[in-house]
Amino acid sequence: MGLEIFNTFILLLLVVVAVTSLWVKDLLVSAVVFGVYSFLMCLLWAEMGAVDVAFTEATVGAGISTVVLVATIFHLRRKSND
Amino acid sequence: MKLFSLIPVFVIGVLLLWAGQDFPKWGDVESPASKSPVSSHFIANTGVDTEVPNMVTAVLADYRGFDTMFETVVVFIAGMAVIAILRGSSVGRPRRKDHEVEAEPDLIVTNTVRLIVPVIQIFAFYVLAHGHVSPGGGFQGGVLMGASFILIALSWDLEKAMSRFPIERCLFVAAMGIVLYGGIGLLSMMLGGEFLDYAELEKILPVSREMARYHAMLGVEIGVGFTVAAIMFVLYANLASEGRLKQGL
Repeated sequence: MGLEIFNTFILLLLVVVAVTSLWVKDLLVSAVVFGVYSFLMCLLWAEMGAVDVAFTEATVGAGISTVVLVATIFHLRRKSND
Repeated sequence: MKLFSLIPVFVIGVLLLWAGQDFPKWGDVESPASKSPVSSHFIANTGVDTEVPNMVTAVLADYRGFDTMFETVVVFIAGMAVIAILRGSSVGRPRRKDHEVEAEPDLIVTNTVRLIVPVIQIFAFYVLAHGHVSPGGGFQGGVLMGASFILIALSWDLEKAMSRFPIERCLFVAAMGIVLYGGIGLLSMMLGGEFLDYAELEKILPVSREMARYHAMLGVEIGVGFTVAAIMFVLYANLASEGRLKQGL
């Protein structure tokens, strides 16, 4: 029962975070929220027992790709047009 | 227009939710993935064939070694592509200064990073070398190692990190990783087996066939780790400096 509540909470949060990362105008905020999305996916995978995938998601998804996105955004206009 | 594009999004969303009901329940023993002879073969034989407790590593590095080798090549090609696109793209364009401040690297940040980088690098080696027994392996260890260099570049500047790990050396290390992986494959081919058939390495290693596969897996994981660590740093260095490779963020 506890795990069901945990899963439901994470999945609802995932939807909110996914919509937010598309909704915000500032690309930097979008990149950071995308990192949050990766971290939530990592939690979900760790909970399902796929620890290898969770580890990869934590390092590549939440770590490196957020840094690379932020590094790229510094050379672009911060505001998205749509 | 925005409202108009929402309609297909909702239609596809409803279709996906509807199709999702056909999925087996989580942990269902009757699901096709659990019932297939392939998974039961791996579960029964991985420990016997390779002596590796972590089944994921054994499948990735041994049974599906060919697949993982070309995944590493894909990472390498991604780094090459970023260099090819960004090199020379900023020639003649003035460097934007609006987010830059001329300041010394912060004392607190640099000293914290000085303490934390060795720990990250030791952890990266642990993850790489312990990938047989616990979650981890070449990709994760390599990414952690690359992240430690990115941390140096973020807290000092790109020059400081590049003085430790110049781009030429990065590319050499990345290529050597693939050469190491392919070399172990070719070596087992020369010893009479098939490409990436690690069990044949028992002829030159003083261990049994099972342990030869175990140790060869460590070898290919080190190759993957080399490539991934170097390419992650190359990606950051090129993207943060628009391909100039100096004065990043």
